[in-house]
Amino acid sequence: MTDAAASNFVYVTFIRTTPDRLWSALTSPDFTRQYWFGMHQESDWRPGAAWRLVFPDGRVADAGEIVEIDPPRRLIIRWRNEFRPELNSEGYSRCAIELEPTGDAVKLTIAHGMDRAGSKLIEAFSGGWPLILSNLKSLLETGEIAVKTKP
Amino acid sequence: MDEDAVFRALADASRRRLLDWLHDKNGQTLGELCRGLDMTRQGVAKHLAILEAANLVSSRRHGREKLHFINPVPIHEISQRWIGKFERRHLSALAELKKTLEGENHD
Repeated sequence: MTDAAASNFVYVTFIRTTPDRLWSALTSPDFTRQYWFGMHQESDWRPGAAWRLVFPDGRVADAGEIVEIDPPRRLIIRWRNEFRPELNSEGYSRCAIELEPTGDAVKLTIAHGMDRAGSKLIEAFSGGWPLILSNLKSLLETGEIAVKTKP
Repeated sequence: MDEDAVFRALADASRRRLLDWLHDKNGQTLGELCRGLDMTRQGVAKHLAILEAANLVSSRRHGREKLHFINPVPIHEISQRWIGKFERRHLSALAELKKTLEGENHD
C-alpha cells in the first residue's frame, strides 16, 4: 500500500546539456535568477549547511539545510516555507534532486514530499516546479527562457 | 523529449484515465492502479510502459514497492510550445465561457 499519510510528487525532465553545466545552473545564484523568477539560493553547499531561497527584494521565501550533496549527481534539501504562515506551520519537506547522464542529455529528477496527507506546501511546489523546469530546460538548450513572469 | 511519444501516449482514453487517476492519488503501486481502474494487471502494465516511455509517468522504488507518479512536465512543455505562443488570454476567456455555459462553474 502507498503511504496515505504523505504528499509526494516526482517530476522528470530531460535536458540536452552536461551534468556539470546542469549542476552549476541549479546552484549558482546568477544562473538561478534567470529561470527562477528572479529568486536565488544562498548556501555554502556542504552537508549540514544552511540553505535559503531568496526573493528578488531580499525577503526569504523558503529556508532549511543541505542534507546530502554529491556534485554533480545528487542534492537533498530539508525545505520549509518561510513567508506564508499556513505553509510554514506544516514544517519541513524533503526535496531530492538527481542528475543522471543519458545519451546526449541529462535526466533531471525532482522528488519533493513530506510525511503529511494533503500538504498545501507540496501542492504549491507541485504547481511551481513545472514552470521552473521548463525555463531551466529552455535556458540551457536555447539560451532563452520561456515564461518571464510568474503567472 | 520526443513530442510524438507524448501525443501518441495521450491518444488513448484508458491512458488518459490512468493519468487522471494518478492525478487524484499520486504515488500508486501497479496493484493499486489495477484496483482503482478496474483493469487487468497486464492492461495497466502495458499502458504504464507507454506512459513511462513518453515521460508522462515517473516511478520511484519505495522499499520493495514501485510507486508511480504523474509527471506533468512534458505536457507543460507542449502547452508552452503550442499554446503559449498564441494568445493565451483569449483562450482562457473562451475556456471560461465554455465552463459557464456548460454549467461546470456552480461550485
